[in-house]
Amino acid sequence: MSYRSHADLGGQDGHGRVVPERESELFHAAWEPQALALTLAMGATDAWNIDMSRSARETLADYGTLTYYEIWIEGLVKLLSERGLVGLDEIAAARMLHPPRPVTRVVQAADVPTVLAKGSPTQRPVTAPALFAVNERVRTRTEERAHHTRLPGYARGKIGRIEHIRGVHVFADANAQGLGERPQWLYTVVFSGHELWGDASTQGLSVSIDAWESYLERLP
Amino acid sequence: MAHDQHHEHEHSELPDIELRVRALRTVLEQKGYIDPAALDVLIDTYKTKIGPRNGARVVARAWVDAVFRKWLLEDATAAIASLGYAGRQGEHMVAVENTESTHNMVVCTLCSCYPWPVLGLPPTWYKSAPYRARAVKDPRGVLADFGVTLPVSTEIRVWDSTAEVRYLVIPRRPRGTDDLTEEELAALVTRDSMIGTGLPKTPNDPP
Repeated sequence: MSYRSHADLGGQDGHGRVVPERESELFHAAWEPQALALTLAMGATDAWNIDMSRSARETLADYGTLTYYEIWIEGLVKLLSERGLVGLDEIAAARMLHPPRPVTRVVQAADVPTVLAKGSPTQRPVTAPALFAVNERVRTRTEERAHHTRLPGYARGKIGRIEHIRGVHVFADANAQGLGERPQWLYTVVFSGHELWGDASTQGLSVSIDAWESYLERLP
Repeated sequence: MAHDQHHEHEHSELPDIELRVRALRTVLEQKGYIDPAALDVLIDTYKTKIGPRNGARVVARAWVDAVFRKWLLEDATAAIASLGYAGRQGEHMVAVENTESTHNMVVCTLCSCYPWPVLGLPPTWYKSAPYRARAVKDPRGVLADFGVTLPVSTEIRVWDSTAEVRYLVIPRRPRGTDDLTEEELAALVTRDSMIGTGLPKTPNDPP
């Protein structure tokens, strides 16, 4: 399997306790807001889509040792260099060495409120009936995928119940690979804690994921 | 070699990542891919305009207005937009309500999906491995890290945000708040209570 995500953390043991944080603690170093703004501004150029950026981040070899804004910066560097928008030599030199390539849009200060308020909705028109109905029992696919996917490992090959139908949405797996949006029905599928974790599960636990139709199969 | 190291040291009092981000910003500016003024507006927006006080106002409205609460549970995107909160990372909103029998908790095990228009930027712990690993398996242990203990009989529902739907938890209204105004109620709603790792403050808590 040539594709490896380092971000699929659900259910992993050994990561220790969660350290709460005050609401006022927004950034922890001066470069963090810069990392945020550069990521958002470059995302607005439409040189890639959000699924491509998630894919770039989750495949960083040192994902597990980086802080989250470091992951954003290294993901951004990867997206830029892969597209020839910025060379690694230019980052090392801290100046432009090669001519720029065209980008679709450069977001201007005055446009920021509009761009943020608009967002990037992923819901698309319905072109086929949904395969599954609310309350239907389904099984998630078992196989791994050699590309970006949004079915977490802990929920693979598990039996759950369709709880909500969320409409037709851009299919992350295809969109991340540059294969187009290929929209599919999206469902909230709920699993019992016992189905996911066996007898050791916390009592009264249920967990849901949002799953595209092709992640699911009807139970015989 | 010793000279080189000394030379390096003189130039880099800043950590490597700081220098790297500066270098990246310089190159992006020189190439004309970004408007430097837009960066300032983006940062200011998430420092001063888009944060968890937005979500707190949504929750407080739901606590005082039964019609709004019903709308919020049926079509959260529209109900939240009616208060002026919409857009990036909140395009498809769903509100989930805590009850006497069920407590909701939201996580993104695969990255850091979070409802930005109502909660702002995610806190560090939300994006970190311990929370993403444990929320789906040991939510009571996570709650203990936040100093929260729920009755054993309370069912816990964890929502893993694996697509573009974003979840907002509507915590239960604290007792003894019948006389409070909507604004006073909003002040009781903590960010963590809207993620499901905390509970709202009560009128007796220190501010």
